Amino acid sequence: MSAETAASVGAAASGKAAARAGLVLTGVGYRYAGASAAALVSIDLRLEPGRVVGLVGANESGKSTLCLVVAGLAPGVIGGRLDGSVRVDGVETATMRPHELAQRCGLLFQNAATQLSNTTSTVFEEIAFGPCNLGLPAAEVVGRVWWALRTAGIEPLAPRDPARLSGGQAQLVALASVLALRPGYLVLDEPTSELDPAGTRLVAGALTRIARETGAGILVVEHKTDVLAQIADEVVVLERGAVVLSGPAAVTLADPRLVALGVEAPAAVRLERAVRASGIEWSAALAEAIE
Amino acid sequence: MIQADEEALLPAYVRRIPAGGYRSLNPLTKLTLAAVSAIVAFGVRGWTGPAVVLVVVVSSALVAGVLRRMAPFALATLPLVASILLVNTFLYPNAHDVIAVFGPLSPTWTGATAALQATLRVVAFGLSAALFALTTPIDDLLGELERRRVGRRGSFVVGSALGAIPRTVERAREVVDAQRSRGMDTEGRLWRRFRGLVPLIGPVLFGALAEVEERTMALEARAFTAPGRRTILRSLPDSGWQRAARWLLLVGSIAAVVVSLAGAVKLP
Repeated sequence: MSAETAASVGAAASGKAAARAGLVLTGVGYRYAGASAAALVSIDLRLEPGRVVGLVGANESGKSTLCLVVAGLAPGVIGGRLDGSVRVDGVETATMRPHELAQRCGLLFQNAATQLSNTTSTVFEEIAFGPCNLGLPAAEVVGRVWWALRTAGIEPLAPRDPARLSGGQAQLVALASVLALRPGYLVLDEPTSELDPAGTRLVAGALTRIARETGAGILVVEHKTDVLAQIADEVVVLERGAVVLSGPAAVTLADPRLVALGVEAPAAVRLERAVRASGIEWSAALAEAIE
Repeated sequence: MIQADEEALLPAYVRRIPAGGYRSLNPLTKLTLAAVSAIVAFGVRGWTGPAVVLVVVVSSALVAGVLRRMAPFALATLPLVASILLVNTFLYPNAHDVIAVFGPLSPTWTGATAALQATLRVVAFGLSAALFALTTPIDDLLGELERRRVGRRGSFVVGSALGAIPRTVERAREVVDAQRSRGMDTEGRLWRRFRGLVPLIGPVLFGALAEVEERTMALEARAFTAPGRRTILRSLPDSGWQRAARWLLLVGSIAAVVVSLAGAVKLP
């Protein structure tokens, strides 16, 4: 029964991807309440359904602020002043209420501990928290929970106590909790920053699967450029609140200006540079072997 | 409220019903018992009120199998108990039955008796709260309050805050470790331990405040402020006799306090 319900929920989720206009930021500027300088300056960005866009930049470059703006929490919940336009599938986020936005654009913070409700005894109920808030029929809630568990690849965790999970598991539960609201877009603020390599692999694998299977557009802030090299279609680099580089992931992550912008290139790119610098010829066969 | 056929869709670990004589009581019945314990322990004069509460609470804890786990809660009342004992024994107003004289201080029998009575009240209340906390999962209580449309936001904030206590304790430990690694002495004599608390307060307090902001945003991102009624996945058993008992207990405890204060019945 649960598998059937989950399958129908999954089909509905991927069906939604077909008729979506994308998440579009046009000339977006943002200033925190009481701040003298703008945190974001004239940002243009487009996130298509089913695509993964990586966001990198040095500390204080405005990455987390951009996540809050895209998800509508800034200025919607925390105040401040927004210029320009943020549209989700053609609808201006400023016109939507937080619970309406949550169903269109899900936000995952870097600290999983603050995202869990602390009021549930099992992972199943934790993931059901969002759909229950919407007052959905119980059968729909159950279907969504199974679907989110399966999509995040954590079905075996369903009976576990959310307070007794590893960092990677907790982050995946937080991700599934956001997924259960079936947003068309996901904004992830450093989802692997507190995770070890195994946890990072778990989350990266889940994101690739979610984009592919559900058609969700994913904007992910990530310092680990090796992860972005694996999962992102495009990469955007921020500096002092403005976009300074953007393009296909392979091109942007190999750009020599990246280091000066406070971003470390992926290991494969650094290795290639080191090989070339030592006078050894870099061949396609060598690159393939390293891959 | 969820229908029986819908409830069948839930996995067994979600449909769980608390087992055992005391644990299987409806959370509201247990909450009423805790409230009544507080009313009787503090409202009924003399030894009778707190003594009755203590006997009931200890017996219930035995039935529920949580008596040993209540020890930390009893210990937590120690600072308050110590101050009650000292202040009442040495500084009780208009008491002249002096036990002994220590310089400017002269403890009295009246003060000592009042101190012991107050101590019994505090311990009885502390243990009744502990019994409730140890036998009632937060989500069970929140579900029951929501089912009765009692302040969803308020009850969630309280429940979430209680659930966040382990995280705050963990954060305090991290800060202590960080202070130690920078040479702060936080062990040994009481004064040193106390001095070690000062640099702990700022990081824990500000860290907790920052977390509150992130938690608020995370809740918004999970549609917490959506209008309308929330879906409640599981309903806990309640019964006519429990509903009647709740009212009887509340009315009875208030009546006991009134009778005691009016002096209509002489209680020890």
